[in-house]
Amino acid sequence: MEETIIKIEGLTKRYGSITAVDGLFLEIRRGEVFGLLGPNGAGKTTTTLMLLGLTEPTAGTAFIGGCDCTRNSLQVKKITGYLPDNVGFYPDMTGRENLRFTGRLNGLGGEALEKRIEELLKKVGMWEAADRKAGTYSRGMKQRLGIADVLMKDPQVIIMDEPTLGIDPEGMRELLGLIHRLAKEDKRTILISSHQLHQIQQICDRVGIFVKGKLIACGSINDLAVQLRSGGNYVLELEAWPCDRALERLLAGMEGVKRITQENGMLLVHSDRDCHTAVITALLTNGYDLRLLRQRGGDLDEIYSKYFEMAGEQYDGYTDKRKTFRDGIRNAVKAKIGKR
Amino acid sequence: MHGLLVLFRKELTDHLKSTRFLLILALLTLTSMASLYGALGSVRDAASGSGEFIFLSLFTTGGSSVPSISTFLAFLGPLAGIVMGFDCVNRERALGTLNRLTSQPIYRDAIINGKFMAGFAAIFMMVFSLGILVSAIGLLAIGLPPSAEEVLRIAAFLLFTVFYISFWLGLSILFSVLWRHAATAALAGISIWIFLSFFMSMVAGAVADMVYPTEGIEGMFHLADNYNLQLGLNRISPYYLFGEAAATILNPNVRSIGVITNSQLSGAIAGYLPFGQSLLLVWPHLVCMVALTAVCFALAYIGFMRQEIRA
Repeated sequence: MEETIIKIEGLTKRYGSITAVDGLFLEIRRGEVFGLLGPNGAGKTTTTLMLLGLTEPTAGTAFIGGCDCTRNSLQVKKITGYLPDNVGFYPDMTGRENLRFTGRLNGLGGEALEKRIEELLKKVGMWEAADRKAGTYSRGMKQRLGIADVLMKDPQVIIMDEPTLGIDPEGMRELLGLIHRLAKEDKRTILISSHQLHQIQQICDRVGIFVKGKLIACGSINDLAVQLRSGGNYVLELEAWPCDRALERLLAGMEGVKRITQENGMLLVHSDRDCHTAVITALLTNGYDLRLLRQRGGDLDEIYSKYFEMAGEQYDGYTDKRKTFRDGIRNAVKAKIGKR
Repeated sequence: MHGLLVLFRKELTDHLKSTRFLLILALLTLTSMASLYGALGSVRDAASGSGEFIFLSLFTTGGSSVPSISTFLAFLGPLAGIVMGFDCVNRERALGTLNRLTSQPIYRDAIINGKFMAGFAAIFMMVFSLGILVSAIGLLAIGLPPSAEEVLRIAAFLLFTVFYISFWLGLSILFSVLWRHAATAALAGISIWIFLSFFMSMVAGAVADMVYPTEGIEGMFHLADNYNLQLGLNRISPYYLFGEAAATILNPNVRSIGVITNSQLSGAIAGYLPFGQSLLLVWPHLVCMVALTAVCFALAYIGFMRQEIRA
């Protein structure tokens, strides 16, 4: 479990004057599900392509299972499965024929090949559609066939690029369950790159947040939350009755509280320390009726947008894309809060 | 090596099963049958004449309004090459299968090598089955068995055709690497085909006349230079090369290509050129065509190896 299987050291890729990936250091342990998170154009796909030796890094090295990804990419590709975003199949061949072709390319043949195809078609739930032309498949079906395709070579490491893009909620649930089983039951290492936070949160052991080619944070979701809080940014969501000016004054006057803001009928108490016990005591002694109290920062949306804001302070000048992405996250957070 | 074989098999299956391959095969077969019909009509006149190499005339003569099989192959062969190659790389890219393919444990060049080899094999099969079909029907119709030399000449001609079409395959594979859109690649291939086949001779004539004008007294001295330049320019086009080579191989009467002066002809005995000598005449043509194919393929290879995989 503790053995390092993917090791990235100072990986850098420049296209002309643009740096797509900037000095990336990362270690991923065997059997781990690692989520590489970042907005579009952050360099996630470039990183995955470099891991497979499909793009040559400008500087730095990457190893999978002890093999250099650039110099010995053939060996790496033997143990690594890659599910690209927008995975495509030959439309004139059936699902089964597509898998057979991949199996042959991986040196399988005869009985063993057919057996594995059957097995995998059942595993991903494509058994019924296996003999239809791949051109008739829906996106979700293609994605499932893509996973079967990746598993044809029985990989130790699976790299998935945006696997959840454009899939309906039901398909998503199945897909995530499948990924989870691949990691936990088959003990495969899985690297998922994505910009969809909710899904990743459910299945990843660790996540790395990737902005403008740099890994700005890395760790388990809890670790990240703790890191954020220790930065002196505590936010307490609070709903109390009666909600009046006196309440705000009371809270603002407490030790460590920086400011009070309102959002969707809730009060947000920003403080530089964990002050929820003090808040509860103060409210009760002053006769307020406490209806909701929640420490913010435990969920990936918040972690993500927080880190993003921090990164935003470091790099000046957002591109439009980045901005809409950030706004998207904010809206998602708001929508989530609104539902409660 | 194993990966190359698997890819080759898959590509070849794709070619043989594809509708467009069948269409182009049908087109070539129909035109060949039409000119064979024409040739069978006029072969009687030829037979009543010299009576030698009648079987070869099935390939070189047409009817009153139908061109011969070798002319048809020179015209339509490029189309076959272009049709088989114009979307071979960019289609994979558009379908999203290229990155899936390159992430398999195979060398990247196996992909483009496999594609070219499969295309070459398909062309080889197509041309030879066509040639054999024409010979078989011809044999049934005229009842004269071909001599060993005729068989050799026909085989050499078919081999030339394979290389000629392969050049166009190489060119269209190059275009399919260069352009992301299959339509652009197809149009580029077709425009070059039309230019080299139909307009190159006009351009060559115009350029030669510009460089060596043949008007007036001075023009008399330029005649040879003018002709040589024109010939040289024409020979850039594989269409012209193939035409010359096919005429020489299929017609033992052709004793030389290029200019012959009267003094060279004096004392020459009229007769047929042996097969070896005919082959010697067109050897440069073959080398040239193979070289053109190799250049196209090499450029496609380099382009493909250096290209980014991501769409």
